[in-house]
Amino acid sequence: MTSATFPSSPPENHSWNRYFGFNTDAKVIGIQYIVTAFFFFLIGGLLAMIIRGELITPPADLVDRTVYNGIYTMHGTIMLFLFIFPVLNGLNNLLIPTMIGAPDMAFPRLNAVAFWLVPIFGALLIGSFFVPGGPAYSGWWSYPPVSTQNPLGHFINGQGLWITAVALSGVSSIMGAVNFVTTILRMRAPGMGFFRMPVFCWTALAAQSLQLIGLPALTGGAVMLLTDLSFGTSFYQPEGGGDPVLYQHFFWFYSHPAVYVIILPVFGIFSELFPVYSRKPLFGYVYVCLASFIIVALGLVVWVHHMFPSGVAQWMRNFFMFSTMLIAVPTGVKVFAWLGTIWRGKLRLTTPMLFCLGGLFNFVFAGITGIMLATVPVDIHVSNTYFVVGHFHYVIYGAAVMGIFAAIYHWFPKFIGRMPYEGLGKVHFLLTFIGANLNFLPMHPLGLMGMPRRVSSYDPEFAFWNVLASLGAFLLGVSIIPFLLNMVSAWVRGPKAPHNPWNAIGLEWLLPSPPPEDNFGEHVPTVISRPYGYGTGEPLVEHQAEIENQLTLQEASA
Amino acid sequence: MTATPHLSTEHPKHNLTGFIIFLCSESVIFLAFFSGFALLKTAALNWLPPGVEGLEWRTPLLNTVVLISSSGTIWLAERCMSKGNLMGFRAFWLLTMALGAYFLYGQAVEWSGLQFGFTSGVFGGTFYLLTGFHGLHVATGVFLMGLMLVKSFIPQNYAGGEQGVQATSLFWHFVDVIWIILFVLLYVWQRS
Repeated sequence: MTSATFPSSPPENHSWNRYFGFNTDAKVIGIQYIVTAFFFFLIGGLLAMIIRGELITPPADLVDRTVYNGIYTMHGTIMLFLFIFPVLNGLNNLLIPTMIGAPDMAFPRLNAVAFWLVPIFGALLIGSFFVPGGPAYSGWWSYPPVSTQNPLGHFINGQGLWITAVALSGVSSIMGAVNFVTTILRMRAPGMGFFRMPVFCWTALAAQSLQLIGLPALTGGAVMLLTDLSFGTSFYQPEGGGDPVLYQHFFWFYSHPAVYVIILPVFGIFSELFPVYSRKPLFGYVYVCLASFIIVALGLVVWVHHMFPSGVAQWMRNFFMFSTMLIAVPTGVKVFAWLGTIWRGKLRLTTPMLFCLGGLFNFVFAGITGIMLATVPVDIHVSNTYFVVGHFHYVIYGAAVMGIFAAIYHWFPKFIGRMPYEGLGKVHFLLTFIGANLNFLPMHPLGLMGMPRRVSSYDPEFAFWNVLASLGAFLLGVSIIPFLLNMVSAWVRGPKAPHNPWNAIGLEWLLPSPPPEDNFGEHVPTVISRPYGYGTGEPLVEHQAEIENQLTLQEASA
Repeated sequence: MTATPHLSTEHPKHNLTGFIIFLCSESVIFLAFFSGFALLKTAALNWLPPGVEGLEWRTPLLNTVVLISSSGTIWLAERCMSKGNLMGFRAFWLLTMALGAYFLYGQAVEWSGLQFGFTSGVFGGTFYLLTGFHGLHVATGVFLMGLMLVKSFIPQNYAGGEQGVQATSLFWHFVDVIWIILFVLLYVWQRS
């Protein structure tokens, strides 16, 4: 047995039920996260369909106004805390150990506990639809004084459940972050220094550092909100000497960096996939790595740009306008690096590549409106209008969710062991790209015309753009059908995937598809060069040819 | 780094790394409370609720001295352990636990003698929030120490318990530093 051989474990025949129990294998937990996240995605998406159904006509005719308030509050909360964060943690679980050559996460049991908190607080949040008074209705940011009202006087109320669920989500995310950071710092393969680490791991490290710094502030603020709501304190009540703006500071100190927690791993996905499908090394690898941490540092000092109209001091407006605009620099470095990677590459327009290109297009648009919003006069003019809604949906759906779809199509063969269908994937891409732009682009003119967000009825002069947006939303709703069809049918009866269907370079592609439970086991290859050596002919690890031959032989004999 | 053969067990050598990362994160929640306190206090027109003169500082100062010296005793305990003196470790460890428990007792006595409650405006709210949240950490520290003390009597666990001792000690110093900041904010900075 040379150092390059695998322990010849027979292909494991695991039963389905391991996905429904307390399992400590990061690859199982990753899939648990992603499937759970998409379950909640469907619920959050259904709420979005109701919102756009209401807004397709000017009067409030589909749902009651208070119900509408609950629906948009829960749409935002579910999509962020129960879809985006869990789906990204799922990708972290699948990709971090395999990309760095670790057998599992540093703390497998903690990892499983962190996952199982997600369905628990998800049930709490969904359960709040059924308590007297309905769910929280104060918007996903839950500003006091609206969020400290308890008109019915019940101790268990929608807002209280909302705060509890968000706090539990914070506990789960902190557990996850401690685990991911420790794993990346301590469990890399021999020879894999920081500047030989895949960019996805860099961005995950950056994003999880932000979670560790930001989340406690939100949790602290949420505890004070809960005692104001339920125990009669007055931290945010002016009549007791409190200050409602203090909550906004706590909330945005986390929730603005939360956007980077979402988008940084997506930058990582772009940086992984563009080189694969352009057959060129990542342009400016070191700068892309470092830019992530510059985004972290700057991202911690921009939060007041959400509060320009909240009566903050002029020096704060100036400072935070400047710091917000500065973020465009490291972000621009990354966009430039991706364009440099694609430039004169041998492009292969597979489904993952299409999602990456579409996501990059949307992200650049969102970045431009982001700079507009950072400007104090523009921000105050369009504050609380649909312009803001359009901007962040371009970031979250247009860029982040499309990047996540790209990652799912790209790594599905590796972790499921079967190939997804290209045709269905391309249909999914087209519907998503057209739907997202049709849905979110009209929100910008609407906002500039002055249509406020969070209303269920509006002036008929806004009708034209709203009809377009609603049609786009329904198209997005339809776009999920080919996706689900693809995932389910590929998982059940898709063609068997080889170990490296995309000819990609990376430790995870030197494992069988799907990888054995302990990944490389005791035979972790030694990394001898930087990632993304496309077209250079440089091997990534020692004995690379032997490892690949062995994998091919295994596949041929199976 | 070589792979650990047993997948289902945690990797012991990463525990301390993970715990330090967690402590860094935990310190932000105190930072949030401290900055919230400072913001509310500097902005307040009437900081003290009617009928309250301010906070008595002599008993809390004694408490502070007790807590700071417990940081010394836990350091001595760790030193004994690194020299292999298990009995010395247990003695100093127990002393640290006793000092921690005394601090909690002193906190409870102070609370019971106060003229204001959790809902007495922002003054009462922040006071009980800060001291209560810190007290919760002290209690957690004492509990962790008890756990490590029991572990030191199980011969098989002694080697694995070493990281637990380091982590607990680190946690205790952390709780101590937080209290010093808290003492300055609450008792020294009384004028608004």
